[in-house]
Amino acid sequence: MNLNATAVVTGAARGIGLEIAKKLIDTGWTVAALDMLEDDLGRSASELGSMYKPYTVNITDTQQLAVVAASIGKELPVVKGIVNNAGITRDALMMRMGEDQWNMVIDVNLTGAWKVTQAFMRSLIRAREGSIVSISSVVGLTGSAGQTNYAASKAGLIGMSKSLNRELAARGITVNVVAPGFIETEMTQKLSEEVRGDYLSRIPAARLGLPVEIAEAVAFLMSPSAKYITGVVLPVDGGLTT
Amino acid sequence: MSLENRIAEIIVSRLNVKPEEVTNSASLKDDLGADSLDMVDLMMDLEDTFNLKISDEDGNKLQTVGSVVEFLKEKGIEA
Ligand SMILES: NC(=O)c1ccc[n+]([C@@H]2O[C@H](COP(=O)([O-])OP(=O)(O)OC[C@H]3O[C@@H](n4cnc5c(N)ncnc54)[C@H](O)[C@@H]3O)[C@@H](O)[C@H]2O)c1
Repeated sequence: MNLNATAVVTGAARGIGLEIAKKLIDTGWTVAALDMLEDDLGRSASELGSMYKPYTVNITDTQQLAVVAASIGKELPVVKGIVNNAGITRDALMMRMGEDQWNMVIDVNLTGAWKVTQAFMRSLIRAREGSIVSISSVVGLTGSAGQTNYAASKAGLIGMSKSLNRELAARGITVNVVAPGFIETEMTQKLSEEVRGDYLSRIPAARLGLPVEIAEAVAFLMSPSAKYITGVVLPVDGGLTT
Repeated sequence: MSLENRIAEIIVSRLNVKPEEVTNSASLKDDLGADSLDMVDLMMDLEDTFNLKISDEDGNKLQTVGSVVEFLKEKGIEA
């Protein structure tokens, strides 16, 4: 099945974003993969084939984004999906956190998502259908020591999405948030055994999640089955926040 | 194509209305059913088509089809 519609996925060169791209391609989407990592984009493109369209761009750069948005408008099927997945961490206890660490995380995780959404939303409004999904984190709901910047950015995505939902829902556009718990990625593989053990003891499902389990949730929220689900925050966390 | 016709064409396609409804005195909101998001979308379309900037203040004054035509003429746009 080919939907003849494009989903813009940020941070889609690797990790959870790449998994989301795969799942969306499986369900018929053309994926515009936006990332800074040119090499990873290239590798993923040769792995995923012609429905995966790589675009090298820093999502904090409004100018670059405008250029990419214009190319996508010309080259790909009409954009009906936006997935804000690109994200970074710069952890430090607040007492020790530099303003640059704060700004960088807010710039990418929150302002970047705002910019990308703004750059592509007109196309959804025109089509009078579409879905926007932002990848937050359980940390945006519960907080986390050493992550005031990251948690603020992830909670910010929730406020942004709930407000945008009120602007767009009557247009047949859904705006939702997926909040992953601890997922098996390079990010979590770097954790010490001790921290890992501590996490595991707090997860009712007694295991970390898989990137594909986040991708499944995103693909569902972007499917026709979820047309009436909008403005929600869906934790995919093995019961961690419940 | 005349300026009037070009504007009418944009309004017809954006607001999903019939060409005969787009009269000079028709109110974009009350007669043609534009909500606030349609209005923003329409202003952005006019900006792109006629290559100009419409401030929010000016945009708010554009209540009827005729006022859009007048506004663009004032800006020196002929067709
Ligand atoms: N891994 C987890 O356990 C976990 C848990 C909760 C939430 N998340 C969130 O899921 C998302 C994906 O995480 P991941 O684990 O796959 O991380 P990752 O670091 O593997 O992938 C993030 C991708 O985003 C890209 N990116 C970063 N800044 C960018 C920018 N300015 N412009 C363009 N691309 C940029 C990176 O190049 C990278 O490819 C992130 O938003 C993260 O906060 C992850």
